[in-house]
Amino acid sequence: MADPVLRVENLTKLFGGLAAVNDVSLDLHLGQVHAVIGPNGAGKSTLTNLISGELTPTSGSIRYLAHGEGEFDLAGLSSDRISRLGIGRSFQKTNIFLPFTAFENCRLAAQSRQQRAWRIFRGASRYADVNAIAEHSLQSAGLAERGQVNAAMLSHGEQRQLEIAMCLATQPRILLMDEPLAGMGPQESLRIVALIRQLAAEHAILLIEHDMDAVFAVAHCLTVMVNGEVIESGTPQAVRASAHVQQAYLGEAHGDTHD
Amino acid sequence: MDFAFVLIQLLNGLQYGLLLFLVASGLTLVFGIMGIVNLAHGSFYMIGAYLAWSLAGMLDSFAAAILLGVPLTVVLGMGLERLLFQHLYHRDHLYQVLLTYGLILVFEELRSVIWGDDVHGVAVPALLSGSIPLTDNLSYPIYRLVISGFCLLLAAALYWLIQKTRLGMMIRAGSSNREMVQALGINIKMLYTLVFALGVALAAFAGMIAAPVSSVYPNMGAQVLIICFVVVVIGGIGSVWGALLASILIGMTDTFGKVLLPEYAGMSTYLLMVLVLLWRPEGLFKRG
Amino acid sequence: MRSKLTPVILFVAVLLLVAFPFVGEKFYIQLIAKVMIMAIFAMSLDLLVGYTGLVSLGHAAFFGLAGYVLAKAAPQYAAANFWTTLPLALGACAVFALFTGFLVLRTSGIYFIMVTLAFSQMLFFVFHDTPFGGGSDGIYIYAKPEIKIGETALLDLEDFKVLYWFTLGLMTLVYLFLHRVLDSNFGRALIGIKTNEHRLRALGFPTFRYKLASYMLSGTLAGLAGYLAALQFGFVNPEILSWHISGSVLMMVILGGMGSLHGAALGAFVFILLQEMLSNQSWFGPVAKHWQLAMGVFIIAVALLLPHGLVGLGSTLKNRRKRAGGHG
Repeated sequence: MADPVLRVENLTKLFGGLAAVNDVSLDLHLGQVHAVIGPNGAGKSTLTNLISGELTPTSGSIRYLAHGEGEFDLAGLSSDRISRLGIGRSFQKTNIFLPFTAFENCRLAAQSRQQRAWRIFRGASRYADVNAIAEHSLQSAGLAERGQVNAAMLSHGEQRQLEIAMCLATQPRILLMDEPLAGMGPQESLRIVALIRQLAAEHAILLIEHDMDAVFAVAHCLTVMVNGEVIESGTPQAVRASAHVQQAYLGEAHGDTHD
Repeated sequence: MDFAFVLIQLLNGLQYGLLLFLVASGLTLVFGIMGIVNLAHGSFYMIGAYLAWSLAGMLDSFAAAILLGVPLTVVLGMGLERLLFQHLYHRDHLYQVLLTYGLILVFEELRSVIWGDDVHGVAVPALLSGSIPLTDNLSYPIYRLVISGFCLLLAAALYWLIQKTRLGMMIRAGSSNREMVQALGINIKMLYTLVFALGVALAAFAGMIAAPVSSVYPNMGAQVLIICFVVVVIGGIGSVWGALLASILIGMTDTFGKVLLPEYAGMSTYLLMVLVLLWRPEGLFKRG
Repeated sequence: MRSKLTPVILFVAVLLLVAFPFVGEKFYIQLIAKVMIMAIFAMSLDLLVGYTGLVSLGHAAFFGLAGYVLAKAAPQYAAANFWTTLPLALGACAVFALFTGFLVLRTSGIYFIMVTLAFSQMLFFVFHDTPFGGGSDGIYIYAKPEIKIGETALLDLEDFKVLYWFTLGLMTLVYLFLHRVLDSNFGRALIGIKTNEHRLRALGFPTFRYKLASYMLSGTLAGLAGYLAALQFGFVNPEILSWHISGSVLMMVILGGMGSLHGAALGAFVFILLQEMLSNQSWFGPVAKHWQLAMGVFIIAVALLLPHGLVGLGSTLKNRRKRAGGHG
């Protein structure tokens, strides 16, 4: 297998005395979806927050092997710096800018990549390249028709799509997706699953998701977390077959109807 | 500077700091528990001082003025909470700032209408008017010691209230977890009214006992308020013990600043704040 | 809330303001000039409060600082040079904003409100207590600064009408400037910070720098207002740094409708005119002495009843009617 683009090693986060993430290691590869599953409170979101820089790890390393740009340890970097290095994230709770239209949301995201923020006299809408990126990311997320709609007016599913579109507009190499299917109907879910599969071709994706059908449909690699620890990691087939996982988590969770 | 002189300054700093604590503790409790920025908190200090002055004149007894004045301010606090402040709990800080700023104007102007704009001295109660000689020509007024004593007593009472009583348990639970308080079936409306009234009474009481030392004058509330903001910033929002430590720190800084560098003393407390902000932007005692 | 009519209304308003000195009395011309200075001040604060989401209760610091710089830099009995004193005043404000901004922006929410207030109070003491500041009496500026190119005077600011138009021109420029800035990438990012700073950071924006830039820009423009105010009144005293000024300008922004530049300017007009009316002895007799009482009640009423200010009055009423309809 090729070298990983992101390597998490022995990552630990303590809150008070409690280990929300305990000695977790995993790799992300370009072209692959790495799914992390586990019951609520397993530490999946904390893991995402550690990688994206919202939280600082207590110990362990997060090494990012940027192609041709050397190697970075992300632990302790600020979230905006990590984002600029090429690691985008979508949030579990929809987190968009309601006063703006869908297109303006994406344009703001795309704008973060260019170093012209200090040109304070030029209208924000007059950068053709930024507009093109915003347009393209809307299209990728299936919102091409809805660009001029106010973000507050979008349906819940569309807001989730916009969340992903904004993440794409920052043109990341690695995508951290925190429950992209939360609260989506079956039709919308299918569309997002197809999108994730398509994005996997060019990105390394960390997917946190409760919908097991979706996870097994797209994941190349699977990590199961319980109580902050990794209890199993491997190909979906291997994990599914693991008696350990069956007992600890999958047995009850799989087959549940998650809404 | 000899020892007696330093001792006097230490006692002055302590007395000033403890007075500040009485005002700031209410401010920080109201911040911590209800999430309210109350700019008008300093006005309660001013109201207390003017009440002490006018009641002492009417009743011819400073002690009676305090005994009558404190319940009056408790009633005032409860009334204000029910009438105005309860509309602010879910509002943005901006509107809290605005409303309480308007309230300051109302209080200051009512003070002007009722009591006028003059500076008034308040006599120290005859019983406490003596001084303790320290050296041949230096002595320390008993009344200042009594102020410090009262403040320390109240600080201890506050400690007991917060750590040992059911109301205190509610206060501690309320400042960290609003939902839990409601889940416990505690009447949160009542709790808020009581805490607010407690804050008002503490500030007003501070104004009353300070009146003989500082005299009463227009805008005395605003000065105290701004210093109390600095206390809360240094101590950490919602932390009563942070407020105690910060108050004494500021009391000492201000007192010694006035002795050593009189022209720059006004700035000394703010420089202290700058240092704390550089070191710990959330204050010395950040709440979990 | 910006309708297509807004630019037309604003244009007509500016035309009326241009024409006013031809018909108005000197007292009112000077009053409106003062109002326009406060409008610049209010717009500068709106950039911070209404667009960046930072509630400052210490904006008078910049207003007063610029005034004091003019007073200190001006020769005692001769006219100061406009071309040197203005940049000096604005530069002082920018530097003060840089230093304090670095500290105050480490905090947020309630802390930000208190720390900005504390810093303005610190500056108050600098000018009130130290020998440098001239004490509570303040400093007089006997002659208005001269605007000259070579030896030819461009504008004679001693003429109150010229001063009025000069102020009007600057107010219009500040409005257009801020309008442009808010439409730029930078402005978009500021609005993003106000809406959801956390998310903006996750998108890769170094938000601290944006906030600092906004704070400096806002402080510098407040300095422009302070410079003009000192120039018009002809003296400065520590009161111009007091938190009553900070509270009043915050009130103007909210009264007009924060997050709207012309709203802030409108707020300044209404606030100052109301203040003039309430304190007018020939209208209210002895009661006028206690005009602050009415002002206080008015401010409380605005805070409770007009959350979106005068500009948002329409939508506030609509919401209220909708809610009333829903209950009934």
